[in-house]
Amino acid sequence: MSDAFDILVVGAGPAGIAAAVTAAECGLRVGVVDDNPAPGGQIWRSGAHLPAAAQRWKARFEAAPVTRLLGWRIVDCPEPGIARAQCNGAEIGRDSTTEIGRDLHYGQLILATGARERFLPFPGWTLPNVMGAGGLDAMARGGLPIAGKRVVVAGTGPLLLAVAAHLAAGGAKICAICEQASFGQMAPLMLQVLRQPGKLWQGVRYRFATKTSRYLTRCWPVAAEGDQRLQTVTLQRDGRQWQVECDYLACGFHLVPNTELAALLGCRLEKGFVVTDELMQTSAPGIWCVGEPTGIGGVELSLLEGQIAGLAAAGKTDAARKAGASRRGALGFVRALERACRLNPQLRDLVRHETIVCRCEDVPLGALLGRTGWRDAKLHTRCGMGPCQGRICGGALEFLFGWHADSVRPPVFPALVSSFLGPETLDLPKEAV
Amino acid sequence: MAEPNITLTVDEVVVRVAPGTTVAAAALMAGTQTRVSVSGEPRAPLCGMGICFECRVTINGALHQRSCQILCEPGMRVTTAEERSRR
Repeated sequence: MSDAFDILVVGAGPAGIAAAVTAAECGLRVGVVDDNPAPGGQIWRSGAHLPAAAQRWKARFEAAPVTRLLGWRIVDCPEPGIARAQCNGAEIGRDSTTEIGRDLHYGQLILATGARERFLPFPGWTLPNVMGAGGLDAMARGGLPIAGKRVVVAGTGPLLLAVAAHLAAGGAKICAICEQASFGQMAPLMLQVLRQPGKLWQGVRYRFATKTSRYLTRCWPVAAEGDQRLQTVTLQRDGRQWQVECDYLACGFHLVPNTELAALLGCRLEKGFVVTDELMQTSAPGIWCVGEPTGIGGVELSLLEGQIAGLAAAGKTDAARKAGASRRGALGFVRALERACRLNPQLRDLVRHETIVCRCEDVPLGALLGRTGWRDAKLHTRCGMGPCQGRICGGALEFLFGWHADSVRPPVFPALVSSFLGPETLDLPKEAV
Repeated sequence: MAEPNITLTVDEVVVRVAPGTTVAAAALMAGTQTRVSVSGEPRAPLCGMGICFECRVTINGALHQRSCQILCEPGMRVTTAEERSRR
């Protein structure tokens, strides 16, 4: 089965929602694909109390004449104008009518693929209940009971405070919030926040919600310990170490953009981010990119970029240019955020010889020493060759060794053979597909 | 969240959850892990957003399901730590 759209948007977070709503309101046939069961992306994930702006955008999205493919993920772009999607969990209750794969035909493509957390390996980071900061937040919003649980929040970036506030609102006891950056390093970001009343107010509310917890700069976890699951975290600050008993460690070192699909489509990347012009058009014709993959800048910038691309892709170039002018002023925040989250080189010393770096293939640091690059490491150790395709260890390898993924090949996520062949071309028994 | 009116099993343990609960959350309500790593370590969800593949479980006999992006449904049979033995 296939569908045809004037504009296909990949990702239903703030950037994708803004792009889809804007383009649909211009009268175009718009389709949106997102692998989560509900729209909103990570930041507007359902299950939490959402800010008024988020509720307004989500309501506009629900009302817009947009085809929504939620719980679907793009796995390949076999030729220009076609994106191949696969349904999550299609095999669970499968009968002969359940669809697994769809070819989505599009005139223009807007990539709003968001970002993931950067994880750094340290002893014990693979223990159950050591999660990402956004990771634990997402699990809690997905129904994981956290009331009364003791949580250490660690890593870097403004996400830590937001996560701590959400978890505290859910009844968790936040033992400590550990920010690897120094106060001085974060000062330019704070100046930016002071200029934006919305962000300032949000920050104040988050800190108020976590006022009984210590917020420690220049502090990070050096080890997680426990039998079968996390029991204690060892924290370090200015050379002093101490242990904290806890149920969860929520630890993420800022964000890494999801650029795999853009790379597959041949869009030009620079320093890991997708390059666009001021109308959010990439170097590949008919392909636009909005939100975190163009630079980590948060919700407001994502919404703005989504609207610019939605207008521009709909041919409303003047309106798009006008919106583009306000984007330029917001880019200072991106730079200040990047500086605030710059990782302390000492974090490279956390990983030990025997510490697993690639969690899919259980490759320890020791096996990677002496390798010349990621490809060499892949060939000799299988590092980055498991089902996450290097999405988790990649962020660490970049920081530890300066290695980058040198190519992206389809499928960009593990895919079923049947989603490539389609039910009409394949008549095999259920077990075979 | 709403009333816990969905019943499913995780490794034969009966779990009751509210609508909108992910299978990953249900798995951690019933036990401590989702999968066993290739060298035999217990693993549980890391990213919570469908990227890390640590939350893989077997659902109704279907292997390798990313449980953090699949919502609980009545009568689901979830099996954890199964992947390695059947790989």
